[in-house]
Amino acid sequence: MARAGTIIVGTGQAGFQTAASLRMEGYQDPITLIGEEPHIPYQRPPLSKGFVLGKQDAESIELRPAAFYKDHQINLLNGETVVAISRPEKLVEIASGGQLSYDSLVLAVGASNRKVAVNGAELDGVVYLRSLAEAILIKASLEKAQEIVVVGGGFIGLEIAAVACILGKKVTVAEALPRLMPRVVAPLISEFFHDLHTAHGVKILCGAAVSEIVGAGGRVQRVVLADGSSYPADLVVVGIGILPNVDLAKGSGLPVSNGIAVNEFLQTADENIYAIGDCAEFPSPFTGSRVRLESVQNAADQAQSVAATIAGHRSAYRALPWFWTDQFDIKLQMAGISAGYDHVVTRGNRESQKLSVFYFKANKLLAIDSINRPADHMFGRKILAAGVPVSPQQAADESVDLRTLANTSPQHDAHTAGQ
Amino acid sequence: MPKVIYVSAGGASREVDVPVGTTVMAAALKNGIDGILAECGGVCMCSTCHVYVDESFFSKLPPAQDTEEAVLEIAAEERKPTSRLSCQIKVTNDLDGLIVRLPEKQR
Repeated sequence: MARAGTIIVGTGQAGFQTAASLRMEGYQDPITLIGEEPHIPYQRPPLSKGFVLGKQDAESIELRPAAFYKDHQINLLNGETVVAISRPEKLVEIASGGQLSYDSLVLAVGASNRKVAVNGAELDGVVYLRSLAEAILIKASLEKAQEIVVVGGGFIGLEIAAVACILGKKVTVAEALPRLMPRVVAPLISEFFHDLHTAHGVKILCGAAVSEIVGAGGRVQRVVLADGSSYPADLVVVGIGILPNVDLAKGSGLPVSNGIAVNEFLQTADENIYAIGDCAEFPSPFTGSRVRLESVQNAADQAQSVAATIAGHRSAYRALPWFWTDQFDIKLQMAGISAGYDHVVTRGNRESQKLSVFYFKANKLLAIDSINRPADHMFGRKILAAGVPVSPQQAADESVDLRTLANTSPQHDAHTAGQ
Repeated sequence: MPKVIYVSAGGASREVDVPVGTTVMAAALKNGIDGILAECGGVCMCSTCHVYVDESFFSKLPPAQDTEEAVLEIAAEERKPTSRLSCQIKVTNDLDGLIVRLPEKQR
């Protein structure tokens, strides 16, 4: 009997990489890659950066050209939706009609924008950014709009604020919490970016919860904050996080928590079904807890891990998380997960625009955030991945060479490096 | 149009026409050169577009910036004196005939 092969649901970075990595692993069975978006798989990071600025276009952000899928016998069904999974028969049902069989099923179904829940949220000119279609809308809107209010001072909000500012717009950012990117970076980094945006003319409002969006004739006019203050806007970009797409998994009886629940092999409760990327909650060896991460690194490395397992080289997922954001001419590079830190030390300082923050919990190094100190970031990735012990005193002491520490790797078999 | 020659780890060679201003990484993806992965999309955050530049061309390249220097330290295959990230090499007329050799693995 012919093998049914692997069905991958989702054509984002995780879905694409699973298909590509399966072929690199020598997998010979059929591969079907199914995604709702009309476009062939593309990179999302440029959408909030070079794409809206006009430095990159839809073609230049394609992960691979269309011929790649044919050349590698990957059956790409874009513009198609999987509506149900029948686990006993190992079938998926697709919206255009019909059923497809699988031996292995990979859910790389991503996430959806969290919607702002205030009056006026449905007005024209209130937009979100996750997909290429949304980025095209924002790019077109920015050609006419002059006054932009960004709701949410996280990565997406701040990247779009920077882009709109570079395009000459009057930009206000409203963040509900007391500082920028509060859940992911130390106050020192928040302050650095607060200063950076302010210096370029972006108005940053922290502790600024939106209470209402007011419009006329169905079109946005201003944003009202909880304190009653009001900011005129002809475009409102909302970046207040994403919610994992769990309905398909839930509908087929798979356990779901803050994401589709998987084990260290990224397998759901059904051993033939995997979940990876933004939608998956997995046990992290770096935090000792279950986490769900939203990043290119996580998507690509989990895809690689799942592809190896499906191809017969069962592989537990242990890659070190890393992340970046570009705002104006500054790149923030992040290694590890800082959540739960109780102490930070630094190298460099804000004044020199060269700064690394080392996050510790009970004197164990958790994470490093770096601005214009790329060697700290890269050697930090090696150090964190290998579990090399670094004390706060060593981290704060510039005379301690991170390269030397990175190359000691005493527990090299404990955490395999992500690269 | 300048040509770039990609030589796989196994020794197979492919010649590709590359418009001036395009990176060696982007041209590889567009032309189905499988030895370049480019996971971060060309922003100097991963090392999966690592190449060994032929010695006769190496000195013609603008030197690597600090960010690229750091990334080369985490390359999956050994860093050599002519190692570069192909996302940072923009093709110019002066680089016509550029030869880059691909490492055995990128991750």
